[in-house]
Amino acid sequence: MAEPSDGKQRDESLDLPGRHIGQPFRRVDGRAKVTGTTRFADDLHFPRLCHLKLVRSTLPHARIKAIDFSSAADVPGYLGSLTGRQMPHPFGILPVSEDEHALCIEKVRYVGDPVAAVAATSEEAAYEAALRVEVEYEPLDTIDGIDTALAADLDRIHDYGDGNNIHKKVSMRFGDLEAGFAEADLELEDTLFYEGNTHLAMEQHATVAVAEDEDRVTVYSSTQTPHYVHRALAKVLELPPSRIRVIACSNGGGFGGKSDVFNHEIVAAKMALELGRPVRITLNREEIFYCHRGRHPTLMHLRTGFKKDGSMTAQHLRTALDGGAYGSYGVASTYYTGALQTVTYDLPRYRFDGVRCFTNKPPCGPKRGHGTPQPRFGFEVHLDKAAEKLGIDPADLRLRNLAEPGSVTANWLQLGTIGLRRCIEAVVAGSGWRERYGRLPHGRGLGLACGSYLCGAGLPIYWNHMPQSGVQLKLDRSGGVAVFCGEAEIGQGSDSVLAAVVAEVLGIDLADIRLCVADTDLTPVDLGSYSSRVTLMVGHAAHQAAERARKLIAQAVAKRLEVPRERLIFAERRVFDAADPEKGLSFEDAVTVAEAKWGTLGTTGSYIPPRAPGKYRGAGVGPSPTYSYSAAVVEVEVDPETGLYRPDHVWIAHDIGRSINPVLVLGQVEGSVYMGLGEAMMEEQAFRALPRHLSSALVHKTPSLLEYKSPTFHDMPPVTSYLIEDPDPQGPFGAKEVGQGPLLPVPPALANAIYDAVGVRIDQVPIQPQMILKALDEKSRGRQARYGPKVFPEVDFGEILRVLTPAEGGDGHALNEHGEKKAHGMSGADGTMSSRDEALKDKDGAVTTK
Amino acid sequence: MAERTTTLELLINGESRVVAFPTHHTLLEVLREECGLTGTKHGCELGECGTCAVLVDGQPVLSCLVLAAQMSGREIETVEGLQEGNRLHPLQQTFADLNAAQCGYCTPGILMTAKALLADNAHPTRDDIREALSGTLCRCTGYHKILQAVEGAAQLAAGEEWTPAADSLHGATPPDRGSE
Amino acid sequence: MLRLPPFDFYTPGSLAEVIELLAGEGPETRVVAGGTDLWPNMKRRHQKAERVVSLMAIPELAGIEGHNGELRLGSTTILDDIVRSREITERFPALARAVASISSPPLRYMGTIGGNICVDTRCTYYNQTEEWRRSIDYCMKEEGTICWVAPSSPRCWAHSASDSAPILCALGARVEMVSKRGDRILPLTDFYRDDGIDYLDKAPDEVVARILIPSDSDSARCGSSFWKLRRRGSIDFAVLSVAAAVWTDDGNRVTDARIYLGAVGSRPLPVAGLADCLEGRLLSEETISEAAALARKTATPMDNTDFQAQWRGVMAARYTEAALREIAGLDPRGLPPQHLL
Repeated sequence: MAEPSDGKQRDESLDLPGRHIGQPFRRVDGRAKVTGTTRFADDLHFPRLCHLKLVRSTLPHARIKAIDFSSAADVPGYLGSLTGRQMPHPFGILPVSEDEHALCIEKVRYVGDPVAAVAATSEEAAYEAALRVEVEYEPLDTIDGIDTALAADLDRIHDYGDGNNIHKKVSMRFGDLEAGFAEADLELEDTLFYEGNTHLAMEQHATVAVAEDEDRVTVYSSTQTPHYVHRALAKVLELPPSRIRVIACSNGGGFGGKSDVFNHEIVAAKMALELGRPVRITLNREEIFYCHRGRHPTLMHLRTGFKKDGSMTAQHLRTALDGGAYGSYGVASTYYTGALQTVTYDLPRYRFDGVRCFTNKPPCGPKRGHGTPQPRFGFEVHLDKAAEKLGIDPADLRLRNLAEPGSVTANWLQLGTIGLRRCIEAVVAGSGWRERYGRLPHGRGLGLACGSYLCGAGLPIYWNHMPQSGVQLKLDRSGGVAVFCGEAEIGQGSDSVLAAVVAEVLGIDLADIRLCVADTDLTPVDLGSYSSRVTLMVGHAAHQAAERARKLIAQAVAKRLEVPRERLIFAERRVFDAADPEKGLSFEDAVTVAEAKWGTLGTTGSYIPPRAPGKYRGAGVGPSPTYSYSAAVVEVEVDPETGLYRPDHVWIAHDIGRSINPVLVLGQVEGSVYMGLGEAMMEEQAFRALPRHLSSALVHKTPSLLEYKSPTFHDMPPVTSYLIEDPDPQGPFGAKEVGQGPLLPVPPALANAIYDAVGVRIDQVPIQPQMILKALDEKSRGRQARYGPKVFPEVDFGEILRVLTPAEGGDGHALNEHGEKKAHGMSGADGTMSSRDEALKDKDGAVTTK
Repeated sequence: MAERTTTLELLINGESRVVAFPTHHTLLEVLREECGLTGTKHGCELGECGTCAVLVDGQPVLSCLVLAAQMSGREIETVEGLQEGNRLHPLQQTFADLNAAQCGYCTPGILMTAKALLADNAHPTRDDIREALSGTLCRCTGYHKILQAVEGAAQLAAGEEWTPAADSLHGATPPDRGSE
Repeated sequence: MLRLPPFDFYTPGSLAEVIELLAGEGPETRVVAGGTDLWPNMKRRHQKAERVVSLMAIPELAGIEGHNGELRLGSTTILDDIVRSREITERFPALARAVASISSPPLRYMGTIGGNICVDTRCTYYNQTEEWRRSIDYCMKEEGTICWVAPSSPRCWAHSASDSAPILCALGARVEMVSKRGDRILPLTDFYRDDGIDYLDKAPDEVVARILIPSDSDSARCGSSFWKLRRRGSIDFAVLSVAAAVWTDDGNRVTDARIYLGAVGSRPLPVAGLADCLEGRLLSEETISEAAALARKTATPMDNTDFQAQWRGVMAARYTEAALREIAGLDPRGLPPQHLL
């Protein structure tokens, strides 16, 4: 068995014109999606299907005293119930924070926390029965935000973490910060806030579980991560993974919102096994606001030193995250609010302190951009202010500070190609920035910002030595190629990437390919559709599998045609001699020859990202095979009398490396701009506390599609998108990610544009009209022309992890890191992957699945 | 007298069928659950997202907010009836080609609403399209490809040639870089 | 999915049958027209019904007709038909504008004018699912005892949510109701009560049959305007609307002016003191500013819908100014809302 691909050995493929790669083609699932035949989880039907409903907590924080199903059982059609005691094992997406139960056992931690479940023959009966379940609670203190969470002497939501209601504290310093600030000509400080918001996929999460034997179950679900659902089910159901099959149906949108394992998925499987019949649960819209796992509300403080020429000497970033009631991806989210600050611009010295709090709200987690849109907003607004103070054009300030391609950052991230210069140049030219910025009439303005993002997280969320992505091919005399891969299509087009890569290498049509994806019984593991990993990792695995198939076929055909193998070309559904194109076989005949020579044909491909240079605790968050870059200019019109504003146009450029399919890339770019504008303008996962003396309630303010404001057709301005292509050797055919990166520059570009329009700084999102009005009023009174948070809370971040930068001659390790937690992959698995190298060295210790 | 169960002949996509259902069930429930026509999706069941739009007598209607019991003698059209034989309707073609359906979940409602628009207005402006579709939320596309796809379908439906604009397939070219 | 609870459903074919069905009935029997308000409310269980009587199979209730200059709008006239009616767009353009701004296009193909003037008052503590309302122990409008918007208040502050009501009030419309007990016609302004719960002067056995708009309010005699504030360009309810109607004499002096504010009170709120402010004067920058200040005083925006309440008060003044400027032929200034583009 050959080594998994490390993505390095295919430089020649980068610049070849593709038959599929680089061409706009109809997505392979396009027809199904426009004919209504795509089957989402809620569309499945099975004989004797029954319906599940979760009973959710009506209190934000309480001890469960008793649960009474007697009245529920009277509902005609009632079939059965479950409580948490029947599923005692905890689960959670990160090994370090397995703090969830399928149904709460001792405590409920937010309004909406599932506490019991009922099944009935119809969804209506299940709903009626659920309403009749009586739960007796003993209320506990309500923790409603960061400040309350930091306070001592309140009831703790969890009994683990870093004290009080603090889940996680992180503090690390790369380089001699004070020396950096001492060199600075300008030191700038800013406090900013990014409100929480949610994914709001149009499809409501659904799961169907089918019992196939007393100890065997198949689970169909709207999930981005069937592999992790599989693992959690095995753990909670106490079944060998081989008895559980998880199939991710096409997702009606994900955006990170379906990448955790959810209570309803586990409960449905358990109920199916209990009842011996298929069970469906489709959440209603309100329940999806409770599943959440969306953007963490984040308070930020930045302090940066600049030289007169605009170069940065040091930065200290502090973040405080309101994590909600459970861990979710939160430890990783916390690190992510700091990890990618160094990837865009040259930042020679850097310190990051982060704290994540537990609060009695639905858990936050990964939403498009995972943990990075918040500090990106902070950084890019901060830079806009610096540019003004330094008298440098904001575009030039960024151009002067671009990170060096191929360099290693202060926090030990290995950068790849960087197309940001061309991105900035494109939006500057497109928007007429040079002629118009700072010169538009009062009330109209332009704002610019940039961003960068991972192309797949360098490490899996649980340590192991196995590939992060696997692909298998089956070829036979029909000439058709079946492609098996665990990747999950969530609308982003991953199926099309998979098919295109295989078709390209084998020189066949997309129609010759049959996909089988996201089925844990039938497809090799792919970790899922998150962290913008699919194009890169699945692409590499598919490429390797297809290359291996091509080699087998070529050997057989070379012999048959008596042509040197190297001269064979795979194109136009033929395999032929480059020197004599007439001499060749149809692809079908070529496979037949190969099948005769080798027997039944099958190949595999897999991918493991390259090792990252950082070795310190926490270095596992941030590494990626390469990074994508984006720049955006927003033009806005602001009414100074009302604070109402309207973005009129967005220019965005994205460094895609190379498009696999440009029309899909554009879809991601435009969709990211949309989502970024939604977050910047109106979207809020906000909560309402009632007057304390009357009630301890803490409820979601707007758990509906009407009141959670998501931009409509009328609210979306025209977008001009530029795809900047500069193939990256780390990407398959040179490709980078596009699903998340283009969101990042949009919120700060809007805030910067509002400043250009009316001269006030709004240092938080979403930007509400009354904030602009208030800031204008402050300005007219001669006070600071700004709206935003004023203070960052006092937090003792504990001992700082001290790491020398590459420039200081560091080796990637921390100076003050002790030996604990290094011995075994899993035992040290705090989800932050302190030392993957250690885990990899000690192969025996790194048993990873359970 | 009011019956808690209704038996009705429904005319769906030109085919009539007799369906029995609880009287309080909406057209959405009956289409998906009694008729097996799961192409019609749902995002809120409260009339807030437009996902479940179908055509009733040619008008877009939210199937979550009408009772199936009121559909006697009405002509119902769903996404399953949009194809012409095994050929895609122009809207389906352009939506598929331009990636105007990403996750595809809001797509059936949008396609049906767009069909009603084109029946009413063969050459809609971009603003006409925006307004007609403004009752449907999409979280994937940012709406641009949808607008372009409806424009393309209007051309195809009018018997004109449709070639997608280069920038809708490849992105725009920055002005100072020429046609690099 | 959210589903309706079971109920008895009636679709009578004549008004006489409806009246008979409703005779003696209480609040557990409800009338439905387009269903765009009642069905969501019933799905969330904050409106309940044992029996539901549909008006949609009664031909005599639908339609737009002129009668001696008076415009008679049948209560089940579909909103989109109003928007498309030349008679209405020409004679009562502000009404057409208001109706065209209701929710989103599919809702306007379904909803009716009668349903819109009766639309339930709204509040973020109320328009929620059963489970959510349990989490706050309900509110005064349904099941509970406290108005969470103003906990010390003895009344409910749910806000009026109709887009057509403010302009119909300004235009002096009357509403005709029928019941077994007899028919009655009352000014629309009297149809509404300043209470979030008991917001309509309508008994459960009464049916809104028609809305009557006087010829005096025809655009030939009356200048009118409608401005609506909402977060998004579609779908959303108003969080503020301003409906203005102004009558002037030959010298352009105001003889009568009415401004009603929507969504900032439990009924369309008449701007108080407007007569003293405007009558006998020209609509000028100065008088318009004074009227706008009165609107600001009249509005009682509460923290029970989208946008900050205080800012909605600011916008009441701004949109009053814009509406009056538009009537006066002045540039309304600022960023126009989507429904005016």
